[in-house]
Amino acid sequence: MEHIVIIGNGISGVTAARHIRKMSDKRITIISAETEYFFSRTALMYIYMGHMKFEHTQPYENWFWDKNRIELKKGLVSKVDIKSKSLHFSDGEKMNYDTLIIAIGSKPNKFGWPGQDLDGVMGMYHKQDLENLEKYAPNNKTCKRAVIVGGGLIGIELAEMLRSRDIPVTFLVRESSFWNGVLPEGESQMINRHIKNHHIDLRLSSNLQEIIADDNGKVKGVILQGTGDIIDCDVVGLTAGVSPNIDFLKDSGIDLGRGVKVNRFLETNVPKIYAIGDCAEQHEAIGLRRPVEAVWYTGRMMGETVAQTICGKKIEYKPGHWFNSAKFLDIEYQTYGWVFAKPKDYETQFHWKHEDDTKCITVSYHKETGEFLGINTFGIRMRHEVFDQWLTDKKDIHYVMKNLSQANFDPEFYKKHESTILTSFQKSQLQTA
Amino acid sequence: MSTKLDHSMSLASPEPKGLSTKQKISVAIGLSGLLILLLAAFNIDFPNRPLFLALSLILITIGTIIFANDAYLTKLEGIKNDGVWFKSISSRGLLGWMTGILLTGFYIILYFYPQYIGQGVDGKENTGLIALFDPLSYLLKGQPASQWFVYGTLYTVAILVFGYKFILKYRHNRYQQLRTVSVMFFQLGFAFLIPEFMQALNYPYYDFKNMWPLNYYFFYDWNINGFLNSGTLGFAMLLFGILSIFVISPFLTYKYGKRWYCSWVCGCGGLAETAGDSFRQLSSKKLSAWKFERWSIHTVLVFAVVMTIAVLYSYIGKNPDRSIFTRSQFIWAVVSFLSLLFIAILIYRRKRLDKDAKFAGGAVLLTIVGVLLLNHFSEGNKIFFIESYKLQKAYGFAIGSIFSGVIGTGFYPILGNRVWCRFGCPMAAILGAQQRLFSKFRITTNGGQCISCGNCSTYCEMGIDVRSYAQKGENIVRSSCVGCGICAAVCPRGVLKLENDKLEGRINSNEILLGNDVDLMDYVNNQKN
Ligand SMILES: Cc1cc2nc3c(=O)[nH]c(=O)nc-3n(C[C@H](O)[C@H](O)[C@H](O)COP(=O)(O)OP(=O)(O)OC[C@H]3O[C@@H](n4cnc5c(N)ncnc54)[C@H](O)[C@@H]3O)c2cc1C
Ligand code: SF4
Ligand code: SF4
Repeated sequence: MEHIVIIGNGISGVTAARHIRKMSDKRITIISAETEYFFSRTALMYIYMGHMKFEHTQPYENWFWDKNRIELKKGLVSKVDIKSKSLHFSDGEKMNYDTLIIAIGSKPNKFGWPGQDLDGVMGMYHKQDLENLEKYAPNNKTCKRAVIVGGGLIGIELAEMLRSRDIPVTFLVRESSFWNGVLPEGESQMINRHIKNHHIDLRLSSNLQEIIADDNGKVKGVILQGTGDIIDCDVVGLTAGVSPNIDFLKDSGIDLGRGVKVNRFLETNVPKIYAIGDCAEQHEAIGLRRPVEAVWYTGRMMGETVAQTICGKKIEYKPGHWFNSAKFLDIEYQTYGWVFAKPKDYETQFHWKHEDDTKCITVSYHKETGEFLGINTFGIRMRHEVFDQWLTDKKDIHYVMKNLSQANFDPEFYKKHESTILTSFQKSQLQTA
Repeated sequence: MSTKLDHSMSLASPEPKGLSTKQKISVAIGLSGLLILLLAAFNIDFPNRPLFLALSLILITIGTIIFANDAYLTKLEGIKNDGVWFKSISSRGLLGWMTGILLTGFYIILYFYPQYIGQGVDGKENTGLIALFDPLSYLLKGQPASQWFVYGTLYTVAILVFGYKFILKYRHNRYQQLRTVSVMFFQLGFAFLIPEFMQALNYPYYDFKNMWPLNYYFFYDWNINGFLNSGTLGFAMLLFGILSIFVISPFLTYKYGKRWYCSWVCGCGGLAETAGDSFRQLSSKKLSAWKFERWSIHTVLVFAVVMTIAVLYSYIGKNPDRSIFTRSQFIWAVVSFLSLLFIAILIYRRKRLDKDAKFAGGAVLLTIVGVLLLNHFSEGNKIFFIESYKLQKAYGFAIGSIFSGVIGTGFYPILGNRVWCRFGCPMAAILGAQQRLFSKFRITTNGGQCISCGNCSTYCEMGIDVRSYAQKGENIVRSSCVGCGICAAVCPRGVLKLENDKLEGRINSNEILLGNDVDLMDYVNNQKN
């Protein structure tokens, strides 16, 4: 029987396994060095905050794997031998495969900062990082201050985590405004204020120079670039993005770039070896997407797709319209289609912000044709299905603004803002006309 | 259900963040109010009862208000679940267990040994705790208090003060606020004040919103006689009770799902949602718990219905003059009604006769069999060879007292706040079957946005594994869902929305979610159908 081995028990590997099992009787093994069972990485923060226990982050009960005949193996793969079609584990064990799916995810970026490997310095990606944080920042007596380096989605989650235990946080952000490489100015500014309202010491345009140690090799502070200011702290969180976790594949013969190079069928250069999820890098970007997409649902979709190919229905990876979501402390964020931080030359944006400073939207449309291109919403939930349809239908911006309430997904009885948004939009049209 | 010990079993505050000074003071104030009640329960006679009763209730109220204000108003609006699994009280720690044991003890005394808290027996005057409530009882209805009056008062106070706390906790969420105001209103007005006033006016005790079969004694002979002996108003009340079972409730459940009752009106639900809110995460999400739930709740339902029919059956036998039916006419009417119901379920769901439909149909079928057996094996006042009052007593003891009271509420801190609603309540079983089979209500899942984090499942008090649907892009249409809306509130990605919409396409199932290749979605999702 064909043996399908999947390295990585994250969302992409597990989705692939589930779908292969639905369609076939092939033998399936999932390998992970991190945890015995699949858990949701996106929920790591809630464990530290006490909203959930680790077991709650596991989407399937432990009997699920046995019942579906998915074998689980805990171990660290140190080498892939494509000639003998075998995997070597760090403890010397070996395993043969017929088909290999590489779904090894990411690792936190470290940019060679002096002191980046000291005790008390950590990323926030793996379960082990969380255990580390629990050790160095159990409460605000052991950890009198934490410094977070890197203003992205994981950075702000880490800040929220630490604040839930009343630990003072200094948040170093390289950019002049939070996440403004992705968010348009108005949104980014609103989040800056929200971060400060949560008593987080947000330092914009600040870079890390060096992490300094005490006599025991544990972090005791950081030095800032430029000013040379020293901030005393007990924990440093490195959250300056992630990159594919591919070091152990270096000399395997599998084509690598930033990640594992794949074509639209998620095939690598080696027959019968596929790569999916965070670690896969498209030869050419799909649409306006990036070649490496480190988000949850693209991992899931690649898993869904590769399973079809492996089970005999060869199918291209064709993600639909871009969407995503996140939460910045108390403010939920959703995006559908494309709204660029610095508007492209063909793009016009309309921005509306509620007076309470926790809700806003930005809509993007084509300057000439008026085609609706995308929307960012903060503090208002929207319906994925509706926007997906509108994007497919290339709806006109006026249509979208008039029918915005159809897309509203807020809980019942919530105050509706569509009519104020529409009025404000119409006003802006008069001014530009 | 995992009840394993962990660090929260220790008393020496292991929490990363303990209570603030203000919160500690407020806990002390609230506890001192409870202390007055406790002392009274130990038969300490307070000199000025009205004063001490008022003092006690006011201290409890003020304590809770100060606590809630400090816990929620000092922070920005948003989800407030920090530290839930670190706190001893809310994570089955030592405090949780102690509270569970105390509550259970309280219920046992309340139901079975009221004399220990001062209930005067054989016309003797009340003493102790119950005497402490005499002044309030005289004020409302001109009679001395009983254990049920004490319980009703405390129950109402609990819903009001913890309702206040809940409203602050969800001050960003109007759905949560409105339904909480609603349960507070129905508890105070319909469950507490109106029935007491009616008794003062010599009308039968009647809580209009407490429907059969939750209100299992609705068709008991003393209750029916009470109505029939109270003139037009009494008759109207009887009629309203019957109408609410057969017309009002099915209509509202069709339009809004069972939530209109379970989390907007019902008193059991009211307590669970307010005082029980801190324990919602303790309900088991295991598949095995769901299996158990389906068996247990339908068993209670069959028991309740057969018992009620037996009671009516013997009532008709005893009071032929008050009845428009003879016994056998009554039995055949019931059997015909149930058979029609059974056939309706079969026809309506012939295409997708899933487990839920089978359980609902099975329960109806079993009831029919029960009723037929009843007709066959009953003589005179004996039903199934036992006196009918014994059947009533058995139900009252096993279900009314032990299940809904002692386990249902006493075990809040161990099994979660909806044990009764989930595993026992026959009303919930009926509303649930309708919700699953014939209602506009569902929880819509927002395309491909779910990140499988698990907040929704963790905080579902009914033990529904919401995530298992959300991560497949499937709507949640479960008989047990009480529509509390907490899953939607705690979801960090805006994936869930409770809504009422068209019947068709309500129950969808997807293998591949919105966002992926459209052809692939069509190909895979339509394969099974
Ligand atoms: C804190 C945090 C929050 C996030 N929040 C969001 C969010 O809100 N929305 C969103 O879209 N995305 C979010 N993401 C990103 C998302 O979690 C990832 O995109 C997704 O988990 C990637 O899944 P994957 O299956 O590709 O890889 P992973 O989940 O990383 O799984 C890979 C597994 O392979 C194992 N592995 C790697 N190498 C080896 C080896 N050599 N031998 C054995 N095992 C190995 C790893 O230990 C790991 O367990 C978040 C990420 C983090 C860290
Ligand atoms: S599924 Fe959601 S709305 Fe229904 S009972 Fe559970 S938490 Fe409440
Ligand atoms: S529905 Fe929301 S809360 Fe539930 S698992 Fe998905 S993202 Fe998390």
